[in-house]
Amino acid sequence: MAIEARGLAKWFGDGAARTDAVRDVSVEVRLGEMLYIVGPSGSGKTTLLSMISGILRPNAGSVRVEGVDIWGLDDDALAEFRLHRIGFVFQDYHLFPRLSTAENVAIPLILRRRAWHEALVEARRLLGLVGLENRAELPPVKLSGGEQQRVAIARALVGEPDVLILDEPTASLDGETGRSIVSFIRNDVLSASRAIVVVTHDARISEFAHRILVMEDGRLTAVRENHAHAS
Amino acid sequence: MPGLFALAYKLLVNDRAKFTALLIGITFAVFLILQMTSMFAGVLKRASATVVNVGAKVWVMDPSVNNVVSSIGMPDYVEDFARSIPGVAYAVPLYSGAALARLPDGSYQPVSVLGLDDTSLFGRPELVQGRIEDIYADNGFVIVDDSEYPKLGSPPVGASFELNDRAARIVGVARVASSTLFGIPTLYTTYSRAVQYIPSTRFTTAYVLIEPKSPADVPVIQRQIGRLGYLALTSDQFIKRIANFYTYKTGLGTNILLMTVISFMVGLSISGQTFYSFIIENLEKFGALKAIGAKGRELVLMILFQATFVSLTGFGLGIGLSTALIALAKMRLASYAAVITFDNLALAFVMVIIIAGVSSYVGVRRVLRIEPFDIFRG
Repeated sequence: MAIEARGLAKWFGDGAARTDAVRDVSVEVRLGEMLYIVGPSGSGKTTLLSMISGILRPNAGSVRVEGVDIWGLDDDALAEFRLHRIGFVFQDYHLFPRLSTAENVAIPLILRRRAWHEALVEARRLLGLVGLENRAELPPVKLSGGEQQRVAIARALVGEPDVLILDEPTASLDGETGRSIVSFIRNDVLSASRAIVVVTHDARISEFAHRILVMEDGRLTAVRENHAHAS
Repeated sequence: MPGLFALAYKLLVNDRAKFTALLIGITFAVFLILQMTSMFAGVLKRASATVVNVGAKVWVMDPSVNNVVSSIGMPDYVEDFARSIPGVAYAVPLYSGAALARLPDGSYQPVSVLGLDDTSLFGRPELVQGRIEDIYADNGFVIVDDSEYPKLGSPPVGASFELNDRAARIVGVARVASSTLFGIPTLYTTYSRAVQYIPSTRFTTAYVLIEPKSPADVPVIQRQIGRLGYLALTSDQFIKRIANFYTYKTGLGTNILLMTVISFMVGLSISGQTFYSFIIENLEKFGALKAIGAKGRELVLMILFQATFVSLTGFGLGIGLSTALIALAKMRLASYAAVITFDNLALAFVMVIIIAGVSSYVGVRRVLRIEPFDIFRG
């Protein structure tokens, strides 16, 4: 099991001002699985994603990633765990505009204390995997939205994480580009030793998921196995 | 860690507009701070020029004297008493006064006159023209070739002029270690001739210059002179006393301090604001780094590295700019007094470190407060 979350709850504020973002949600994500979390805005899916990826501490419940109780770790150990085991693709990519594309991709390796030159060589290899080897020296702002998304994916993958977290990966892309990106993730990034969790609003890409969790008002309201998923 | 610093360096330097603004802010601040403090150091150095140029180890004076030109005459027995102190190798009088020179074209020029002990000529300057023994010749004066020398028409040896309506003749041209502060030429002559040329009060000895037998004798000499009601200071103590006078009792120190603080505030404002906006612009990216797995202290190190790098670069540029401008000014203006000292550099460095510290503190606070979850929430 890649991720095992039990009884997760998260609320913000206290007393009358308390808002329950996630209420008693349990989730399992298997290795080799691409799991979608869907639901309307404010349903708690981003909060859930943050808790299972070690970003936001839950008020209740536990999360085990690859058998490790991540919320039992101290802050430094948790940061180290994320750096080595989890890859993130943010909705707005969050690429550094003043760095080259290759330097952006190399960041996780640099944080792992890999030598600058060595990290760049590895980053260029990853850019080759996402079809951007000829864009390595350009700043991200010179790339299209789809290309920036692929750079963000390359950055998430460069550390060879066990779990890949994608937050609205198609939100800033046109339909065709979005589909091609998710298709690439599904076919080329997902492997038997990796799990992928995607938060999305985009129904056009649902065919790529193995399972889809539906959230509403902080609760898990449905789990759909996608038997007709694209392979 | 070097990779992390390389990352921080690229984030900083690749943002050319902000990097340039930061450098300009710090360079400008360092330049202004150094200019102010160097001018002040130059003024203080020139204020003590006579003490340095005469070179006596111990100076005896009236306790009310607080700068070298405002001497108060002492009776002859002070000199006699000084000579009687066991630790004194010798003691000689020095006359210090001002006179009015009338130049061949009829114009007048105030001059400073130092009268050296007739017997020993102790405190005489190094001559570059003429012979020192000619100072005993009729109407003989030695003129100092410093920045004020041209004000007397750069007279060569043999040149004549009037001093307080009496004939005077240049018998030597001298070089001294430091020019004086007040922008008037300096003449050396014998003590007795100085007294003849310049109207004086009852007592004419401005200072008694003492050569102690050994450094260990100095405290004894000071105590003995003190018992007589006068003040004996080593040259360093006298220089410090003069510096204190100009710093604390003339308004000069306050003005320079104010200008230095203003320079510091200008640098702090420009650099602090620019560095803060640099951090704010990259705040989400720092949040993303946190989410990816960067630890808080690593981000703090990156910011501190950036602040230190830009500060030290600006410090170097500021020193270079200041040095170049002071050198240029001295080439064009012989009387320009600024001098860069290690103390000036240390002060500017401390202020730059404070600028870097304050600028990065604000940035560090913001970066430490950003939550990776905020990145997800957009």
